[in-house]
Amino acid sequence: MIWLTWRQFRTQALVVFGALVALAAVLASTGPGLAHRYADGVAACTTGGGDCSFFTEAFFISHRNTFVILALVVLFLPAVIGLFWGAPLVTRELETGTYRLVWSQTVSRDRWLAVKLGLVGLATAAAAGLASVAVSWWSSPLDKISGGQLPRMAPPIFETRGIVPIGYAAFALALGVTAGLLVRRTVPAMAIALAAFIAVQIAVPLWVRPHLMSPVRVVTPITAANIDGFDINNGLISVNVKPLDSEAWSLHSRTVDAAGHPVTSLPTEVTSVCTPPPPGPGGVTKVQRAPGFREACLAAISRAGYQQEQVYQPASRFWAFQWIETGLFGGLALGLAGFCFWRIRRLS
Amino acid sequence: MTAALRTQDLGKRYRQRWALADCTLDIPAGRIVGLVGRNGAGKTTLLNLAVGQLAPTTGTIEVLGGQPASGPAQLAKVGYVAQDTPTYSGLTVAEHLTLGARLNPGWDGALARDRIGRLRLDPRQRAGKLSGGQKAQLALTLGIAKRPELLILDEPVASLDPVARREFLQILMEAAAEQELSVILSSHLVADLERVCDYLIVLDAARVRLVGPIDELLASHHRLTGPRRDPATLPADQQVITASHTDRQTTLVVRTDAPILDPAWTVTGVGLEDLVLAYLSDQADPVDTPRPTLAVQR
Amino acid sequence: MIEFHLDAGSGVSPYQQLVRQVRHALRLGLLQKGDQLPTVKDVVAALAINPNTVLKAYRELEHDGLVAARPGLGTFVTATLTDGSLAAHRPLRQDLRRWMDRARRAGLDDESIEALFMDTFRASIQEDIA
Repeated sequence: MIWLTWRQFRTQALVVFGALVALAAVLASTGPGLAHRYADGVAACTTGGGDCSFFTEAFFISHRNTFVILALVVLFLPAVIGLFWGAPLVTRELETGTYRLVWSQTVSRDRWLAVKLGLVGLATAAAAGLASVAVSWWSSPLDKISGGQLPRMAPPIFETRGIVPIGYAAFALALGVTAGLLVRRTVPAMAIALAAFIAVQIAVPLWVRPHLMSPVRVVTPITAANIDGFDINNGLISVNVKPLDSEAWSLHSRTVDAAGHPVTSLPTEVTSVCTPPPPGPGGVTKVQRAPGFREACLAAISRAGYQQEQVYQPASRFWAFQWIETGLFGGLALGLAGFCFWRIRRLS
Repeated sequence: MTAALRTQDLGKRYRQRWALADCTLDIPAGRIVGLVGRNGAGKTTLLNLAVGQLAPTTGTIEVLGGQPASGPAQLAKVGYVAQDTPTYSGLTVAEHLTLGARLNPGWDGALARDRIGRLRLDPRQRAGKLSGGQKAQLALTLGIAKRPELLILDEPVASLDPVARREFLQILMEAAAEQELSVILSSHLVADLERVCDYLIVLDAARVRLVGPIDELLASHHRLTGPRRDPATLPADQQVITASHTDRQTTLVVRTDAPILDPAWTVTGVGLEDLVLAYLSDQADPVDTPRPTLAVQR
Repeated sequence: MIEFHLDAGSGVSPYQQLVRQVRHALRLGLLQKGDQLPTVKDVVAALAINPNTVLKAYRELEHDGLVAARPGLGTFVTATLTDGSLAAHRPLRQDLRRWMDRARRAGLDDESIEALFMDTFRASIQEDIA
C-alpha cells in the first residue's frame, strides 16, 4: 500500500519538493551574504556612535520586496498543498472508479485511507517545515528590523514563520480530502476546500489569535518622546503615538479620555492650541510643528487628562503563540481526518 | 460444502427506491453462475453487496461462509472485476501486477506474468493506452492471480468486440478449470451465459424471478402450442409463465416437472434466451404471488 | 488429438455435442485406442465453455465404456466404434433404402420424408420411456 501511494503521489510530490529544494538552494546561497551585509552595516553605524535607525530602515526597504515575496510563498504553500495534494487524494479514485479495483484487493478501506493520509501527511509536514525553516532563516536579519512595518509577531508575517505553516498545511490537506469525500468530484472539492481554508485563515488572526493569551494593556501619557505626529481631518485632530514595543503585535492604539473612554479626536479646548496655521490644500495632513508649539499642545493634552491606551501582544510571546496555534490547527486536521475515516466506511 | 453465496431477505434501499428487495438465495460453490436482468434491475447492487462495497439495508448476506469485506482473510477469498473494468490509467501493466503482488498475500506472480505474456500485453504500456479488451484482460488477470475461491464479475464483456469477448471468456474458463473457482458473472448476452454458466439468477425490478441450475431449468420448462385455450384451464402443476394468443392458436411457456399428457399440445423445449425473456416479460408473475389450485379438466 | 467445436444455434446441448463429436471421431477412425482426449483445461480454453460441461461429456463417454480417466494423466480412449459395426447392419441399410424409394414414389418431397421419419422416431422414443 505504501508502494502504491508513493507511485500515485510521485509526480505531485516531485513538483512541489523540486520547487522547494530549488528555493532553499537559492536562499542558502544568498542568506549568508545578507547576514554579513547586515552585520557589517550595524557595526559601521554603531562605531560611528550614531543611531542606526537610518541604516536599518534603508536596509529593510531595499530588501522589502524579496522579504514580502518569500513570505507570500510560505503563506500560499498550505493552500497549494490542500488543493493539489489533498483534494485529488481520494476523490480521483472515486471519480475514475479505481477505488473499486483497490478495495477488492486484500486491503481494508481503513488501511488504504490511513496509508494515504499518513504518507501524504508526512510529506506535507516536511514541505511546510522546509519552506518555513528556509525562509525564516534567510529573513532573520530582516525580522530584527521589520518592527513597525511587518513585525514577526503580527499577521501576515506570523503565519509565515516558525511551525504554524506545518499546522496550516496539515489542516489544508485534511480539508481537501474531506471536501473530496463529501463532494466526490475533484474540481468542486478544490473550490470548496480553498474557500473554507481562506475563510479560516481570515477568521483566526482576526477573532481567535488575539485572545489566545490575554493581551497586555498599557495606558501612557502622551509625551514628546512617544508622539509620532498629528492627523487633521476636517478640523478634528487626532494623535499618533509610537508603540511601546515596536516588535509587538499591536491590537489597539487609541487615545482615551480621563475616564478611560476611547475617543477618535481631541476635544475643542485642545484643538485650538494644537491647530496649526492653515496650510495649502485641506484634508488630512501630517504636521510636524516647531518644538515650542509642540510642547504647548502636549501640555494642553495632558491637562485635559487624555492618554494613549495600547493593547498588544508582546513579541516575547511569539513561540507560545506558535505552539498554541499549531496545536489548534493540528487538532482540527486530526478531527477532519477522523471524520474521513468514519465517512469512508459508509461510502458506496 | 460451503455455499458460494447465501442471502436471506436481502434488501438495499437508496433514498426512496429499493434497488434490491426480498432476495433469498443459496448458491452452491463450484458453479459458474450467470446473473441476468434489465438495466437497473439490481444486478450491480447484488454484486456490490457480495463484495462488501455496499452494506445491506435489510436482511443478511454470507459469502463463502463469511461476511463480505470483513477482513483480510475474506477479502483474499473473493476477487472482483467491477463494471467498466477500472484500471489506473497512469500505471503501466507491470505496475498493476506489482500492485497485485503488494496488496495480496496470496498473489501468484508466475500465473500473472504467464497470462500477460500469452495475451501479448506490453508490460511497459500504460493502462490508459490499452484497448477496452486489453483493459478487461488486465483487470481479469488481477482478479485471477490473487487466487480467490470466488470471482465476481460485473458485466465484464459488455463493451467488448466479439473477438475480445471470446478471448476474455476463454481465459476466465481456463482459470475456472485450473483453480476450481466459483464464478458469479452478470451479463446481457444470453448466448455467452449459455456457453459458460451452469447456474442462473434472473433479476427484474429489484427482485429474483428465477434461480436454479440451468440444465434443470431447461428440462422443466416447455413451450406448448395448440388450439386457442384459456391458460386458467391448465392443471395446477403446470405453472404458466407467459401466454400469447391469436384467434386460432395459443402459445404458452409453462414450468412443470410432470409429463405433459394432453394430446392437444405440441410440446417443444425452450432455449435459454427465450426462457430468460419469458421471466423478464411483464406477464411473469412475481415469485411470491400464490397461485390458485385448479383441477385437471377432462 | 481431436479438436472440438460448438454449434451454438443447433438446439443440441453443449455436452451432447461433445459426446457426439467423440463418437463420430471414433467411428471415422480419427481416434484410436490409447489416444488421449484433450484435457478439460484445453477444451475450455479453446471453446470458452463451462468446465463442468466437458466433465459431464467425458463421464458419459466413460459410462458408455468408450474412454477411461487416468488420474493425473488425462482421459484416454479404451474402445472404438469402427465402420465395422455399421457394415454389420447392411440389411438394415438396404431396408431403409427401399422405404425411402417407396416414400418418393408416393409423392413425398425430401422435407416431408425427413419430417415423417423424425416424428416417428421421436414418438417411438417416447413410447420406450413411457
